[in-house]
Amino acid sequence: MAGSTIIPTRMVLKQLKARLKTARRGHKLLKDKRDEMMRQFMDIVKRNKELRLNVEQGLTDAFAALQVASSIMSPEMLEQALLYPRQSVELDVKYKNIMSVNVPLYNYSTKSGDSSDIYPYGFAQTSGELDDALEYMSKVFEDMLKLAEVEKTMQLLAEEIEKTRRRVNALEYVMIPDLEKNIKYITMKLEENENATKVRLLKVKEMVLEKAHDFK
Amino acid sequence: MYKIGVIAARDTVIGFKALGLDTYPVDNADEAKRALRSLINPESNYAIIYLEDSFAEALKADIDRVKERPSPAIILIPGRDGSLGIGMRELREAVDKAVGVAII
Repeated sequence: MAGSTIIPTRMVLKQLKARLKTARRGHKLLKDKRDEMMRQFMDIVKRNKELRLNVEQGLTDAFAALQVASSIMSPEMLEQALLYPRQSVELDVKYKNIMSVNVPLYNYSTKSGDSSDIYPYGFAQTSGELDDALEYMSKVFEDMLKLAEVEKTMQLLAEEIEKTRRRVNALEYVMIPDLEKNIKYITMKLEENENATKVRLLKVKEMVLEKAHDFK
Repeated sequence: MYKIGVIAARDTVIGFKALGLDTYPVDNADEAKRALRSLINPESNYAIIYLEDSFAEALKADIDRVKERPSPAIILIPGRDGSLGIGMRELREAVDKAVGVAII
């Protein structure tokens, strides 16, 4: 929006003033939105960090236990024991609105109601270590779901905050100053025109008087 | 009803199978990419995809594409050999992006 392309008329001035008003309002609203999202984002990041540490630690433990189990049992036996899972997980997804961002809420249900019912094998041919490993897994799974929810929320919010931040900055540092500059330009130009007209009128009056009364 | 998928190395995946998740054992990044792409497809109805972090580097483009969509969520998990710290790094990057400066 270069100043030179602006036509200095009252009509344009009026339009620009209306736009400036809208821009200021939008800027304020977006800034509020950004601040509130930021506040929530910080909480979510904190939770995300905790959950991630938990999950990574939990999974490492579970894998270690599984490693022990697989060193005791033959790989074929292990594969066979886990071939047909007893449990199956169904996920229900709802969406929650945080400052116009739709974030997922996961609700899972397992096919058999008892969540400890995870051992898909008889106990005769498997080792106790495998039971331990699966117990670890099922414990960490709940945190994994929470992690998924929180982390996705975090990602979506981060994306939206970035967008909002850009908009706020564009309004604050480009749109609003530009509009103000143009309004100033038009106001000055109009004033100048007015002065020019006034001077011209005075001059004409003088000339007319001169002619009428014939004095110098 | 939505499903949960796990894409990981063959011996990582086995524990998740017992939990009743859909598991996709893969041997290399190419297979992982193929699996991920088919799971990302909205028609396959996956809401959460757990991906072993050792494949994250190679699949970054696909992962980033899904980031701004509300579903599915791609969550990095550590593999057999422990966490590579990529998940944490991603978190830090997201915070930097949102805040505009590095604060943690």
